[in-house]
Amino acid sequence: MKKLPNWKELPMGGLILEAGSAENYKTGGWRSIKPIHDKDKCINCLNCWIYCPDSSIIVEDGKVVGINYEFCKGCGICAHECPPKVAAISMVEERR
Amino acid sequence: MSKIVAKTGNESMAEAMRQINPDVVAAYPITPSTEIVQIFSSYVADGLVDTEFLAVESEHSAMSACIGSAATGARTMTCTASQGLALMWEMLYIATGLRLPIVIAGVNRALSAPINIHCDHSDTMGIRDSGWIQIYSENAQEGYDNLIQAVKIAEECCLPAIVTTDGFIISHGMESMKLLEDKEVQDFIGDYKAPYTLINPQKPITVGALDFTDYYFEHRRSTAEAVLQAKDKIIKVSQEYSHLSQRKYELFEEYRLDDAQMAIVVLGSTAGTAKVVIDELRSKGIKAGLLKIRVYRPFPAEELAIVLSKIPAVAILDRADSLSTMGGPVFIDIKSALYNLEKRSKLINYIYGLGGRDTTLHHIREVYQDLQNILDTGKIAQSIKYLGVRE
Amino acid sequence: MGNLVEIRWHGRGGQGAKTAALLFADAALNEGKNVQAFPEYGPERMGAPVQSFNRISDDPINIRCGIESPQVVVVLDPTLMNIVDVTAGLPEDGILLINTSEEPSEVRKDKSVSGRRIFTVNASLISKESIGRDIPNTPMLGALIKATGLINYERMLKDTKAKLEKKFKSKPEMIDGNIKAIQRAYEEVKSE
Repeated sequence: MKKLPNWKELPMGGLILEAGSAENYKTGGWRSIKPIHDKDKCINCLNCWIYCPDSSIIVEDGKVVGINYEFCKGCGICAHECPPKVAAISMVEERR
Repeated sequence: MSKIVAKTGNESMAEAMRQINPDVVAAYPITPSTEIVQIFSSYVADGLVDTEFLAVESEHSAMSACIGSAATGARTMTCTASQGLALMWEMLYIATGLRLPIVIAGVNRALSAPINIHCDHSDTMGIRDSGWIQIYSENAQEGYDNLIQAVKIAEECCLPAIVTTDGFIISHGMESMKLLEDKEVQDFIGDYKAPYTLINPQKPITVGALDFTDYYFEHRRSTAEAVLQAKDKIIKVSQEYSHLSQRKYELFEEYRLDDAQMAIVVLGSTAGTAKVVIDELRSKGIKAGLLKIRVYRPFPAEELAIVLSKIPAVAILDRADSLSTMGGPVFIDIKSALYNLEKRSKLINYIYGLGGRDTTLHHIREVYQDLQNILDTGKIAQSIKYLGVRE
Repeated sequence: MGNLVEIRWHGRGGQGAKTAALLFADAALNEGKNVQAFPEYGPERMGAPVQSFNRISDDPINIRCGIESPQVVVVLDPTLMNIVDVTAGLPEDGILLINTSEEPSEVRKDKSVSGRRIFTVNASLISKESIGRDIPNTPMLGALIKATGLINYERMLKDTKAKLEKKFKSKPEMIDGNIKAIQRAYEEVKSE
């Protein structure tokens, strides 16, 4: 177990002095269904990247290369926003 | 050289605000503090201050705007009274929790119902556990002096502060007082450099984050510590101001207490009336005195205990009822402060002046007569009384 | 506070009783006195009976309660004497100054006032003739100074003139009118 700071060690007023500290808070564990990305079907329209509320679509050189499962909560928005004719993202049960 | 002028309590506070020249004032007018906002907004319109003035739609919004403003590192003030302060209540706790040094120029007024615009201390007593530093003023001079000091106190403690005068009695009464020069006030308060500011791309921070069970307690503990440490800072700032103004400011004022056999403890304007009665009694050889609490929050419990333990009979006058069946808030606090002493004074409580009921020399004489009876008999007939109510 | 003087002003809402108390306090302040001026606040509206108060002293004034036994009572509107007991709390040797066309002896008889020193002055007439409107509070200041000797008359005139010059830069007739009103009331006030 990580030792948490005591009250004297904390910044005053409940302030968080570090930018981007949400990165330290992994939300992948909340997921019950998981998006699977099919590179062959993907047309790289980047709709999924635009709509993902957790910035979990990994894009390199304008192309979707995968999903960051440390933060993806499994909401399914990416699969919903993927054009129906393309259907490059499918949601599967996490435990199977 | 300071000049003698005649001002009402509200004019004196508005004048202090002009000299403070805060970065932001967000306020909503309410009787009897309306004039402060009104006069100050005319200063803004006339270009006498650099303040960004926000006329908001309620006191809840006023305090919310103040919180946003103070979080950016702006020196921020507002004014209110009574129901206005009550409507701010939710946000007052947030100002404390975020450690924002917002200063309220307050005017004490009763709380509804029945609706009443006159003085009592129910409004500020209602926020006594909010962590706001609370300073009460006897007259217009003290309202002015305390407001200037409060800015520095709040900023040094990173805690919000409220300074009050008694509604109408002080707020609308004109009296002689002395003002400092604008430069003296500016030099005294100095520039405000907030330790953290919301708008700084070089040093981004998060304000108002959610705490779970794992952090909330620690943050509250650290705020409790800030309040605990505030007392020494208040003493230091008050000493500096006393030096500057040649007017003495301490946590509380002792008036003819040295050899006193009986004393009244009171906040605000009634202290002045009590002083007149004390002089009268002293001229007859009766050893009466007064302790006027100036800084009510943080409560100067240890300091009060040292002074009051030497006085056999003490009457605590509360201009608010706690409706707890245990008397007024000041009485409850002082009783607690004295509890662990070896030798305890006899204490009685008077709830007085609710809704602006005039508290006259006769009432104060009656209190000292009761104290004399306690000294003579060693017995307290009734420990909580209502002074000046029709029975 | 042996030299403390307490004054009660009676007027009607809108008549300037509060302003009169403020002006008088200001004049006393200019003489180096310690002052208080405060109105009584109630549900009054225009025309309703109102009161305001002064405390003047050489020493600092600590007392913060209402005034019960003033040494001086000033009545801005004589018709108030039919509905308000203006002598309440006024001691036997107290001063009662009334804005009226009547002589002090007539007021004493008409309103059955016993004891007290009664002074009268027709401040409304003076005001109408010098300022053009019925604003009795300014001339009453002159009458009050004559009746009580509380502050220095010449100095008060000088200070008031300076203040009016600031206030009525574009209306010089207001300055002269007000000063004349104070002077006339000072000279015309009658005692028994």
